[in-house]
Amino acid sequence: MPADSVVGIALLHPELLGTYGDGGNALVLAQRLRWRGVEAEVLPVHAGEPVPSSCELYVLGGGEDAPQALAAAELGDGALARAVDRGAVVFAVCAGFQILGHEFLIAEGPRPGLGLLDCTTVRRAPRRAVGELVVEPDARLGLTTLTGYENHAGLTELGPDVRPLGRVMAGAGNAGDGREGAVVGRVVGTYLHGPALARNPALADLLLSWVMGRELAPVDDGDVERLRHERLAAALGRRARLRGWRRRVAIPVTR
Amino acid sequence: MAARAGLAVAYGSRLAGHGGSVLGGRVTLALDARALPRLSEGRTIALVSGTNGKTTTTGLLAAALGTGGSVVTNDSGANLPYGLVAALTADLAAGTAVLEVDEGALPPVVAATRPAVVVLLNLSRDQLDRYGEVRMIAARWRGALADAPGAHVVANADDPIVVWAARAAASVTWVGAGQSWREDAATCPACGHQLRWDGAAWACGSCDLARPEPALSVDGDTLVSRRGERIAVELRLPGRCNVANAAMAAAAAQHLGVPTARAVAAMSETTEVAGRYRVVRVGSSLARLLLAKNPAGWVEALDLLRPPPLPVVVAINARVADGRDPSWLWDVPFERLRGRSVVASGERAADLAVRLRYADVEHETCSDPLDAVRGLGAPAVDLAANYTAFQGVVGATARAG
Repeated sequence: MPADSVVGIALLHPELLGTYGDGGNALVLAQRLRWRGVEAEVLPVHAGEPVPSSCELYVLGGGEDAPQALAAAELGDGALARAVDRGAVVFAVCAGFQILGHEFLIAEGPRPGLGLLDCTTVRRAPRRAVGELVVEPDARLGLTTLTGYENHAGLTELGPDVRPLGRVMAGAGNAGDGREGAVVGRVVGTYLHGPALARNPALADLLLSWVMGRELAPVDDGDVERLRHERLAAALGRRARLRGWRRRVAIPVTR
Repeated sequence: MAARAGLAVAYGSRLAGHGGSVLGGRVTLALDARALPRLSEGRTIALVSGTNGKTTTTGLLAAALGTGGSVVTNDSGANLPYGLVAALTADLAAGTAVLEVDEGALPPVVAATRPAVVVLLNLSRDQLDRYGEVRMIAARWRGALADAPGAHVVANADDPIVVWAARAAASVTWVGAGQSWREDAATCPACGHQLRWDGAAWACGSCDLARPEPALSVDGDTLVSRRGERIAVELRLPGRCNVANAAMAAAAAQHLGVPTARAVAAMSETTEVAGRYRVVRVGSSLARLLLAKNPAGWVEALDLLRPPPLPVVVAINARVADGRDPSWLWDVPFERLRGRSVVASGERAADLAVRLRYADVEHETCSDPLDAVRGLGAPAVDLAANYTAFQGVVGATARAG
C-alpha cells in the first residue's frame, strides 16, 4: 500500500489490446477500491508513451495480431518487468496473456514475448476456441468457480515455472489440455473475457488484497451474483442435465 | 422455376403469419444453388455493407434510385444470401436492386451478383465470436473487390480499415462520411504500424496508406462536393450518422445516374427504415425505438437520446445475430446515463446491470423490454436495443398495433 494512498491502475495500450472489452477489468478494480473508501486512478497508457513505474496494478487485454505485436514491442523496454520485481500485480487477458509469455504467434510468424510468465503460444488451433469458459480455480487461490468467454486460436503451453489459474470445466482454455491461464507470484494470465473481473469479483478482490496487504470488506455484489448464476447455468447446463439423466437411470440399479 | 416456387412458399408463409421473405429465399436457394447469379443477371445491382448503417443506407439509396424506375430491396434487414434471393424474387421486372449485405457474406455475394456499385460504410468490432476480428473481414473484402473489376466502390474515406479494403477495387468514389469510433483503427491495416491522426486526417507513419481526398464530404447537415457545391440534407431521420448514410447513398446514386439534388430530395421523404426511430404506443407510453448493435453504434445512439427526465430502457440480447459475447458492453460509455431513470432489459439484462453498476448508473432490471416500458409509466420513453432485442420489440409492437 503506497504512502500517498491513491492506488494506480495502468491500463496498458487499450487502443491495441481493447478489442474484447477487457478495459472493463481496470474499471472494476478501481470501482471496487472506491466502494471501500480507497482512492484509485486508472491510467490508460497509449503506444508511444512510457509505462508508468509507480502503479500498483497493470492490466492488459485481448487484441488482433498486428496490434498485439505492436503492443509487445512497446512493452519490451523492461518497465513492466521492473514493476513486477518491485511487487506490482499484473493481470493479462488473451493476447495480453500471450505477450507475457516467452513467445507468441501472429499471422506473420512468432514474436518474442516479455517472459514474465513461463509459457509459449507458438501453435495455432485448427478451429478457434469460441464460447463460454468455466474454470475450477487452483484451490490455493481460495476462489469460487470462474466464468467468462473465450475467443482465441493460439494454443498456450505452460512451462514448469508457472501453475495454471485453474482446470477447465467447460470450454477449451489454454491448449485443450484441461488447463486454463497461468499464475506466478502476482502475475496472472487468462483467456477469460467477460470482462473476467466483472464476472468474477472474487478474483478482482484477490488481486486487490495482494495490493492492499489485507482482506477486503465485502461489497454489494447482488447484480453480479445474478449474472454468475445465469452464465454458469448456461455453460454447465448440458453437463448438469446429463448428470441428472445418469442419476435417473442409476436409481433402479441401486435399488 | 425455382424462383417461382420460392415466391409461392413466401406467399404461403406470409398467409401463415411468418415473415415471408426468408423462408421463400431458402426454398429458392435449395432448389437452385445458382439462384443469386441468375436473379442478378441483366440487372443493375447496388450492394451496401459495413458494420453500422447498412439497413438505413439501403433504404435511402433505394428511395434515391426509385426516382428513376422500379427498385427491389431487402430493407427489412434480411442480408444473407437467402434474404437477397427473396428480395430479387419479389419483383422480377424491377431493373435495379439495392441490397444490404452482411459484412461476412459480402465476398461471395460480390462474386455472385456482379454489382455495379458496392457501398462500404465502416468496419468496427461487432460479433467477434462469429466474424472474427475486424482486419480479417477487411482482408476478405480486398480479395473479393480485386476479383470484381466491374464493381465501382463508394467508400468512407474516414475509416482506415474501409479505405484499405476499398483500395483493392478498380475504381472508387471516396466520401468523407466521418467515423467517430476510432478504437479499431489504432494501427495501419496494411502494415501494422501506428496510424497518426490529425483532426479528420489520418496517415500511416510507415507505408502510403492515408486518408484519400473525398469527392463528397459531410459538413453538419450539408453535403459538400470537391468543387465546393453545397447541398442541404433535410432528413426525417435523426443524428449525424444518418447524414453520413445519406452522403454514402447520394454518392452511389450519382454513380448510377441520379443527380445528388434529386437523390437528396427523395431521401428526405424517408421517415423510418425497418422500425428504426419508430414511435410505438406501449400501454400509456409512447416509446421511441433506437437500434444500436455494437460500441460504435451505441456511441451514436447515446447522442440521440432525448434529455432527462425522460427515462431510458436499454435492451440487450446475445443471440447468434447479436454476437454471443456481450463483453463489448464495457466499451460503451454508459456512464453518460448517470442520474437518469434507466431500466436494464433484454435476455442479457444481467450483463448490462453489472455494467451499469460499475458505471454508477442507478437502474432497475426487467428482462422484457415492453414490460420495462410499461413499468415506468412515463408518457414518453426512449427504448434503445441491440439487434435481436430490437427485432423482438418491432415484431411485438407491430402485432399489437
